[in-house]
Amino acid sequence: MYAFLARRLLAAIPVILVVALFVFLLLHVSPGDPAAIIAGDMASAHDIERIRARLGLDRPLPEQFIEWAWALIRGDLGSSIFSNLPVSRLIAQRIEPTIALTVLTMAIAIALAVPIGVLAAWRAGTWVDRLVMGFAVLGFSVPVFALGYFLIWIFAVRLDWLPVQGYSPIAQGLWPFLVSLTLPSLALGIVYVALIARMTRASMIEVLNQDYIRTAKAKGLSQWPVLLIHALKPASVPIVTTIGIGVALLLGGVVVTESVFNIPGLGRLTVDAILRRDYPVIQGVILVFVLIYLIINLAVDLIYTVLDPRIRY
Amino acid sequence: MPVQAARPRRSALWTAIRRHPTITLGMAIMTLLVAIAVFAPYLWTVDPMKINPIFRLRPPSQRNWFGTDHLGRDLYSRVIYGSRVSLQVGVAVALVATTIGALIGLVAGFVRWVDAIVMRIMDGLMAVPGILLAIALMALTRASFQTVVIAIVIPEVPRIVRLVRSVVLSLREQPFVEAAEAIGTRFHRLLLRHILPNAVAPLIVQATFICASAMILEAILSFLGAGTPPSIPSWGNIMAEGRQFVSVAFWILGFPGLFLTLTVLAVNLLGDGFRDMLDPRMRRRL
Repeated sequence: MYAFLARRLLAAIPVILVVALFVFLLLHVSPGDPAAIIAGDMASAHDIERIRARLGLDRPLPEQFIEWAWALIRGDLGSSIFSNLPVSRLIAQRIEPTIALTVLTMAIAIALAVPIGVLAAWRAGTWVDRLVMGFAVLGFSVPVFALGYFLIWIFAVRLDWLPVQGYSPIAQGLWPFLVSLTLPSLALGIVYVALIARMTRASMIEVLNQDYIRTAKAKGLSQWPVLLIHALKPASVPIVTTIGIGVALLLGGVVVTESVFNIPGLGRLTVDAILRRDYPVIQGVILVFVLIYLIINLAVDLIYTVLDPRIRY
Repeated sequence: MPVQAARPRRSALWTAIRRHPTITLGMAIMTLLVAIAVFAPYLWTVDPMKINPIFRLRPPSQRNWFGTDHLGRDLYSRVIYGSRVSLQVGVAVALVATTIGALIGLVAGFVRWVDAIVMRIMDGLMAVPGILLAIALMALTRASFQTVVIAIVIPEVPRIVRLVRSVVLSLREQPFVEAAEAIGTRFHRLLLRHILPNAVAPLIVQATFICASAMILEAILSFLGAGTPPSIPSWGNIMAEGRQFVSVAFWILGFPGLFLTLTVLAVNLLGDGFRDMLDPRMRRRL
């Protein structure tokens, strides 16, 4: 187990390195003059020169990379061009809502998607199945911001049940916290629900056709134990894989959801940074998102061993 | 005679429709949308940029079918013209990403040392959420149609590379490839004539899904203010401008959102249908 953990952590290093190199090169080898673009159309030659020096763009490339990477290893992500604050501090201030939204969405989505998928597989070929699959295709097709505004319009504007926008930190009470995240989680989770429900259905149908399921039914077990114990557990490995793969989708959606619902998280930080072309902040946020992605996928791999005893690391 | 000839043809079409209902539905919506995009100027539209402050934030009516936005521009015309951006971006990204990804995947599948390097890069790219990668790219360039396409192509390429590579790996040891190598087929010919045709079916499916995802990404980039320049009406831009008016003028968000969803849905239906048609094994599974 520990050997596996160590091996997986080592395997994550090249991924982080590639991403780090990529975001570095993006700024430094992009066509045109990044300093001029970051400075904007109204900037004077002096401003552009100042930004170029700030970003180290006036020095040789390898030197810049070594310095940047060395700072990165020590946890120094540079500082914002706009506010001059260290990027690591900006991220620390904004990370709570993002993590809360991601985790809550995953929980809601899994709790919805798995039963729906099991139901569709159990009733495969009937109208229940078609309804679930139809919903899944629709779920893949609704852009998260369109759905977000639709939910706001229905539940906040028309029915006035939930707040339109905003975020209430968990420290100010669990109830307002959950209320403020309900609509964002639903909007963000729909794609994820569609993805997981489809995979659950596919995986369950495969398992339900196995001989041992027939045996279980033949020996007189009732429907539920067969479905939930004999079938769902072995069917869960591909489902868990999908949950892991879908995290990238979810994290991308977070950026959009936070702008729609005005949640002061990493996504908002990113969007504000784009509008100001605050490149060090964008770099830092990308690296943090990749880190979250890798951690969640590591957790997913560990869950495999619990679900399928045949998998030993 | 012509009457008798027409009957079997009609029933053949009917059989095809019955057998592939998702493709039929997707194709029908797509045809309609392409027609809308192509014939936008003739569909009772007015200049989508024409500002008319007296008529601002008007709800849908006889005069303005979809209402007007905060500058009094006709929303119907803007949404109709907006279909051009989505369709163009979707198709362009699907074509470019598939071509580049297929070439990289072919070479990576065949040449060991390239594979090692390329797949590390692809793993890295796949770990970054596509939206973030596209945002980062857009932050460094001046917004235009081309830069939007490039910014969306880069996060989509790894999907194609992985797909093509896996096809190549499974084919590399096949007798017909060995035979082709044995008679001295040149490398590029081997890849393009013997390997690539075997990847076409899954590529079409994947390209369709990339088209759908590119349309969503374009709308998101525009919505966040980092996409198509505001001078061009795109569904994402229209929604970005309407966001402050969600409680008083929902139609500004609703109509483009509806069109965008419908378009992406049509493309996804086509993708699902193609997958079922080209890979019958998958039919029962997903």
